[in-house]
Amino acid sequence: MRDRKYDMGSNGRRDFMRLGLGVAGGLALPTAFIKEAFAQDKPPIGTWPAGSQGDSVFIGITVPRTGTYAVQGEDELKGYELAVQHINEGHPLIKAISPKTKKGVLGKTVKYGVADSAAKPNDAIQAQQRFISDNKAILMTGSTSSAVAVALNKLAQREKVLYVTGISGSNDTTGKDCVRYGFRQNFYGETAANALGPVLLKAFGKNKKAAFMTPDYTYGHTVTKSMNDYLTKNGGWTMVTNQVSPLGAPDYSSYLTNIANSGAEFLINVNWGHDAVLSTKQAKQFGLLPKMKLVIPYQIPFLAPEVGADVTEGVYAATDFWWTLEDKFPLAKQFVDEFRKKYNYSPEWGAENAYMSFALWADAVENAGSFYPPDVIKSYETPRKINSVVGEVEWRAADHQLIRPVIIVQGKKPSAMRNKEDFWDVMEIVPGASVMQKPDAFGCNLGSYT
Amino acid sequence: MITWANFVSQLFNGLALGALLALISSGLTIIYGTLGVLNLAHGAMFMLGGYAGYMAYEATGSYVVALIGGAVFLLVVGILLERVVIRHFYHRPHEDQLLVTFGIAIVIVEAVRFFFSSLSKTVPAPSLLSGITPLGFMFYPTYRLALVGIVAVALLALFLMLFRTRLGMIVRAGIEDSVMVDSLGINVQRVFMVVFGIGAMAAGFAGIVNAPVVALTPDVGEAILVQTFVVVVIGGVGSFTGAILGGLIAGEIISITSMINPGYAYVVLFAAMTLVLMVRPQGLLGTKGRE
Repeated sequence: MRDRKYDMGSNGRRDFMRLGLGVAGGLALPTAFIKEAFAQDKPPIGTWPAGSQGDSVFIGITVPRTGTYAVQGEDELKGYELAVQHINEGHPLIKAISPKTKKGVLGKTVKYGVADSAAKPNDAIQAQQRFISDNKAILMTGSTSSAVAVALNKLAQREKVLYVTGISGSNDTTGKDCVRYGFRQNFYGETAANALGPVLLKAFGKNKKAAFMTPDYTYGHTVTKSMNDYLTKNGGWTMVTNQVSPLGAPDYSSYLTNIANSGAEFLINVNWGHDAVLSTKQAKQFGLLPKMKLVIPYQIPFLAPEVGADVTEGVYAATDFWWTLEDKFPLAKQFVDEFRKKYNYSPEWGAENAYMSFALWADAVENAGSFYPPDVIKSYETPRKINSVVGEVEWRAADHQLIRPVIIVQGKKPSAMRNKEDFWDVMEIVPGASVMQKPDAFGCNLGSYT
Repeated sequence: MITWANFVSQLFNGLALGALLALISSGLTIIYGTLGVLNLAHGAMFMLGGYAGYMAYEATGSYVVALIGGAVFLLVVGILLERVVIRHFYHRPHEDQLLVTFGIAIVIVEAVRFFFSSLSKTVPAPSLLSGITPLGFMFYPTYRLALVGIVAVALLALFLMLFRTRLGMIVRAGIEDSVMVDSLGINVQRVFMVVFGIGAMAAGFAGIVNAPVVALTPDVGEAILVQTFVVVVIGGVGSFTGAILGGLIAGEIISITSMINPGYAYVVLFAAMTLVLMVRPQGLLGTKGRE
């Protein structure tokens, strides 16, 4: 690391000298040439045009492959890889979502690099900065933590390189931390709460006591707030305790003991990834489950197989996608089939979100007819209906959030499972527009195009 | 949230966590005390113990076999590591020792991830010890109560080995002055090998005992390693009884603080460590002048 720093130092001096030469050279250029360049009205921005001048374009992917969210990160990565493969071969599924796609994006092959973020913002930023400087990445993606998504949002806006979030459930990602260069496909705290809330009130009634378990960062706090706001305002529920824990806590016994002594009837677990698995398992060890009813506001891929169907039985959860939607949407069937063929299991929602994010990006670029970032952004912002694996969706220009349904699922009884992956029943497909806040309600200010 | 029942429950939590930390830390502290090597792969040993136990359990369905098989496996792993890698680093700077053990940890963790993936694995508690025990004022997971007992037995065995056997005498002498022990004609090299093996076995054993409490993943040792170092610093470097005292103190600090505000659990733990370092730099039961 130290050597690297020194290298950068000497490079810095060299770059500075080069910059000096460049400025001097620029001043010496004939004015006619300069006029011509400006006449195009598209001065270089971010990695444009350098990143799209060859016959391929590069995407930087940072997903957690170690740590608390590793399992979900790997699933997400598979979704990205399948999407890139389909884009490059001009697969019918991609064409159904992005009709102008032939092979590649605007005829260029898509290449990508992968780095482990360990769900840490700093790691993700360093890796993406490398992808930008070394590979001239024209698109960044990946996150399984909203802390990473928010950090990469900021990097995207600063570097003027597009970013499509991976999994990110915080209201802030397209709320107070939204940026012109960032786009989110998946559902989030507020839509989860507004979709799941009515189902809970209908099933369990009003005036209940709930204990929350909240991971201590933007995702946890905003999801808990949205969920609690809904239940208290509409159902008179009370939050009797909110146990906030750090990401990757090694043991939940103290938190669970507090909950056991709180008089709660419901355990609303906002923890995610391995934290959700561990806290849920230990809740069972402490006898909190099934005494209290478990609620999962923001579905965790692979939670059910890891904690066991006996624990998730009857549990309500909000999610982006569940594979049995293949019975309802032809594109979902196509996606699940293709995914299974390649990876031998049914995709979780992280993979679906990843696949859709790339497909939607391909659609935006094809419609823009250019990789010039402001053009691509405007293409995203132009109202149009787009096919997806969960029916028609469209982008909301004001906060770059996709308007897409939220899926409500309920855990199946182990004896009712048709196969070893049949953990959840799809109960409702809640239309996106009905559960979203107003675009400016969470303080979104997108910032400039250039 | 501060009620009598909650307070006592948290004391139990602290005891269970503390017992576990004590066992892992005792392994770390005797390795450091005897060999002078700060073993950053100790967390990986804890994790590997859990997976070894998981494999043994999958093969036989017996918790006892998992416990014994896993512990013996870690003893062998520890001895091999010492023979192949660690012993070449006794006379090299501490930085090199840190780097090599850190490297070993990464290799072990990623190898386990390669073979088992990051999906968590479960070792169920034996049926006799599963379920919940009513303690009158509260319910407590039976296995966690048993865990304290199992760890206590393991610590007692370690204690007897260290304080009632010839090997233990040499080890304790080695902690005080390994050069002198060497010049007395005792084969210090072989003792070092055994000590490293026993240290690894202690961590591995703790990993298996802990497996039914957690969901095993390759990252399970990472968080515990930091706590283990805190325990060793509080208890006193190289002190076996210090590790036990430090473990129990750390466990109780984390649990009791969590009752008031979980967000401050680790802040208070590190504050306690800082306090010990200021008031008694050698640790509560450590000896002055020991490195």
